[in-house]
Amino acid sequence: QEPEDAQRTALLLRKQWSLYGVTPLYGFSDAHLKDYARMLSAAIAAEKQKGLAVEVGVELDMDIKVAVSSLPELKGRDHDQAAILVQLSSRSPSSPKNSEKKLIWSGWFCCVSGDDLSKNVPEDFTCLPLFLANGAESYTSIVGSWFQKTFDCCFRRLAISPLNLSWMAAMWTACKVDKTASATELVFSVPGLLQPLDISYAIHSEDAKALWDSVQKTPGEITQEEVDVFMDCLYSHFHRHFKIHLSATKLVKVSTAIASAHCDGTVKFLQSEHLTGVLMLLTELAISEIE
Amino acid sequence: MERRRSFKTPKQPLQVQHKIQTNLSAWQKGVRIDSEKSVQSHQSPNNQKNYSKQDSLEESLSYFENIKARVSLKTNNSLQKHLSTVETIALQRGLPPEAFDVLLNVALSGKLADTVNTRLLKSLIPASVVPENCVVSSVSWLCVSKCSSNIQLLFLRWLITVFDFIDCKTQIHALYGFFFSFLQDEKMCPYVCHVLYLLTRKENVKPFRIRRLLDLQAKVGMQPYLQALLSLYKFFRPELVTITLPGKTKIFFKNPDGPWKAAINTIRQRNQKNSAVPQPLIFSTAQVQSRKRKWNTQLLISASSANRNISEEDRGRDRVSLFSVNESLPVEQLKTFSQLLQNIHCLEFPSRMGSVLTNPLLLHYMNCIKDESVYLRLYYWMGQTLQEECSWCVVENSQYEEGFKDFLETVYKAECFLQEGFSSCEEFLYKSLPLWDGSCCRSQVLRLVSWISLSSFSEMKSRLCDPLAQLFLTSSLYFKCSVLESLKELLQNWLNCHAIHLDSELDSQGHSSNTTLSGRVNVVAELINFVGRISTVALHLENNSALLLYFILDFYETVCDIYLRYNLPLLIMPPAGIFYPALLSMDPVNLNQLCYIMYRYRTNLVAAKENELSKKKILQFKFSNKTYQEYNQFLSAMVGCLWTSSVFQKDVHPQGLHMDDELLKKTAVQDFKISFNVVHHPAMMGYAVHFLRQAWPDDTTFDFSLIKGKKWDWYLKYLYAQGLSGLQLFVDSSINRVSQASRSKAGNAQEGP
Repeated sequence: QEPEDAQRTALLLRKQWSLYGVTPLYGFSDAHLKDYARMLSAAIAAEKQKGLAVEVGVELDMDIKVAVSSLPELKGRDHDQAAILVQLSSRSPSSPKNSEKKLIWSGWFCCVSGDDLSKNVPEDFTCLPLFLANGAESYTSIVGSWFQKTFDCCFRRLAISPLNLSWMAAMWTACKVDKTASATELVFSVPGLLQPLDISYAIHSEDAKALWDSVQKTPGEITQEEVDVFMDCLYSHFHRHFKIHLSATKLVKVSTAIASAHCDGTVKFLQSEHLTGVLMLLTELAISEIE
Repeated sequence: MERRRSFKTPKQPLQVQHKIQTNLSAWQKGVRIDSEKSVQSHQSPNNQKNYSKQDSLEESLSYFENIKARVSLKTNNSLQKHLSTVETIALQRGLPPEAFDVLLNVALSGKLADTVNTRLLKSLIPASVVPENCVVSSVSWLCVSKCSSNIQLLFLRWLITVFDFIDCKTQIHALYGFFFSFLQDEKMCPYVCHVLYLLTRKENVKPFRIRRLLDLQAKVGMQPYLQALLSLYKFFRPELVTITLPGKTKIFFKNPDGPWKAAINTIRQRNQKNSAVPQPLIFSTAQVQSRKRKWNTQLLISASSANRNISEEDRGRDRVSLFSVNESLPVEQLKTFSQLLQNIHCLEFPSRMGSVLTNPLLLHYMNCIKDESVYLRLYYWMGQTLQEECSWCVVENSQYEEGFKDFLETVYKAECFLQEGFSSCEEFLYKSLPLWDGSCCRSQVLRLVSWISLSSFSEMKSRLCDPLAQLFLTSSLYFKCSVLESLKELLQNWLNCHAIHLDSELDSQGHSSNTTLSGRVNVVAELINFVGRISTVALHLENNSALLLYFILDFYETVCDIYLRYNLPLLIMPPAGIFYPALLSMDPVNLNQLCYIMYRYRTNLVAAKENELSKKKILQFKFSNKTYQEYNQFLSAMVGCLWTSSVFQKDVHPQGLHMDDELLKKTAVQDFKISFNVVHHPAMMGYAVHFLRQAWPDDTTFDFSLIKGKKWDWYLKYLYAQGLSGLQLFVDSSINRVSQASRSKAGNAQEGP
């Protein structure tokens, strides 16, 4: 990987991303990213001062600058569409004019091994089914609306079901990590109570990995059955100590040294070498929501 | 807007006449008119003076035409007189086209005092049209600014009001730049914006004008009239300007009607009373609902043109290409069907395909352009919207049920328009029906069910029929009826679709359809059998409700005619659980309908038999003997019941009415044999009583046995006259009257084809 690429990938780590599923973009082209940035920045300026028209392409004395760029390294397979990064940065009003701009919002579209979707759509569609946003919701809404309007696509929040969370728990446990890595933590929410009650279940990542290795039959392949067995083992262990059936609760959050994910549809990536792996699973989830 | 060609009145007589006018008569008339004017009445009491008024208008016009220098109103009596004449006639009948040039010239030239000019402008009420050239000369008067700014403003307001009365606008369009230059006048600016709003075409939108408007905006701020013009500019050239309008729709322009609108309307009404003017097509625009969510606030999108000029701009980096006039017609401007026809080669689809749902013209267009990406864009949008907004799948949405209802309704209407279902809608139904409570958006959901496509019964069985059957059997009578109604429509839509397929197959002889004929037959048969099953159970549950039976027989009215009407070799008899309750129904409507259905079954079977015998059909298909058998069993039961009074002996159907004589005797019912014939049948007894009353008015014993022989024939005729045409068709086709002599003993069933 190019050092510059690595640097840009680093931008994606250790941030909380809200997940969205996006239907294929119609009439999108990699060749026009600069134009898109120009138009999007005009749209943001117009939205910020409703009712005032804004000429496209004129450098306004506005505080928001838009950059749209491609992240070609974020691909599962060669024919995946290159990821697209959108960044909004602002100049703080106090500091002098040419000072460094501060990143206030970022969002990116990606498609990692999304053949299921992309092979079925005609050429004038671009498949970038997964969108991740970090920053104020108001910007997400402006940028999302602009994309919806310009490329006739739809954005939908992507929630992660407890079943998929348990898959993530198993898959991320299976990855090799340093001994110093933080513990694997599963958060369960107890339903039907007036006061919310969350149960946090933390396991040393080595122990979790040992358990998983004993469950998994063929390396490199995971089945639903194995995931169920893995979770059942964790549940019965917990029951032995606390007499609580976790199977009756709802898994709401999984965090490991690789990444963390919440059922609300937010994720955090922690390791760049596993980034594409996690994105592959998320792409799959996004596609299943679209189709 | 009503538009008429101006009738060209030669100007000549107008100019010649006034010279030989005697002062005295003019004076007298003037006084008279003046007094009228002071009453301010639109309805002049002396209509008989109309003819002379025409003369006096011409006089007045020529007077105004010849004013050379400034004249004072107070001191000049003839000015007073002519001014009043013009005012009165304008209010009563409107001014003829040739008057506008004269009056505008004098009013804008500054020769007269402003009070006079104002009164002149206020009386510029068109009787038919306003000639274009008078507007052109007026603009030139404005350019030399001879008149005061108040008069200029009044003129602009007048121009806006009568804009649609201008006979031709080619030259006015050429003056676009002049109007644009008036923007710098602060007072005129709002009105000029309005005029520009009416005039602007795509080729008028230029970067330098946008810059000018933006500068103006910077100066005067967020003014609604500027917003309106700028958003129009954006419509035409979205790549050049971006504007977001505040959420609430605003009235951009103040009501410029001024003093003219009411008078124009009165005159137009009077003139148009007898001419039928075709109403302009008005398409429903979806009511925007206020929703709490932050984005994707509207379920239905209005059409706006796509912003696809990036590549064009890219080619000519120097922005030259931006000045080229793009030939395609933006969807916002598409308003009429004839426009669609004229521009069908160069129409752009809207930026968001979902907007076609509320736009019938675009649906037409979509229908004739078979573009995969069009359907795919709509598919993705609709699929996502349905899933996200579904008010029974997503708990938080329950408060938006009304909005979702409207949305489903719109989708259904579009499906009816296109005569085909949307696949995204079908998938949505499959996904969400298992979760459906049967009440949320009921009629909308059931109507959408009727557009599920024929190709997928395997899925339909588990994903539609099973959840629907569960709801069907546990819900109210009315729900059952609406389900049957929608399944009938589903069946009809399938059959129509099949009929179209069949035509196109005959045309192309190709393998265009992926479903084979036998596949289609099986799918349709499964649906019919499904409806047969649930209907049987429902009749049990609802105690053979007449209403339910009506809906069931309605379904079978389509079923019995499939072979002949839709050319599909399929004939399925209703189950005994439907046939017998209908035969013994207490309700003549249902019995009559059953007779009609049996008659159609017979017609279809006879046709099939004939085709089979003649072997003309390439399509060799035979209804199985079992079908004929079933039909014959039902037929003999029916004839035995209604006609020969032998039903308890002759019915051989295992679920039929066969009963031992011994058992029947035990019931102690006298004459049980005849108790279900056309006279004694509970559904018919009312008719029989009426008939007896009419035939033997003095007899109060109601002796039904009197109806026999010739009276039997009369009775039948009476029944037919009461609208029981199904019975008539059945009797005429299936029952052979043996002979005139033995008719009292009724007929003899023909045992089917």
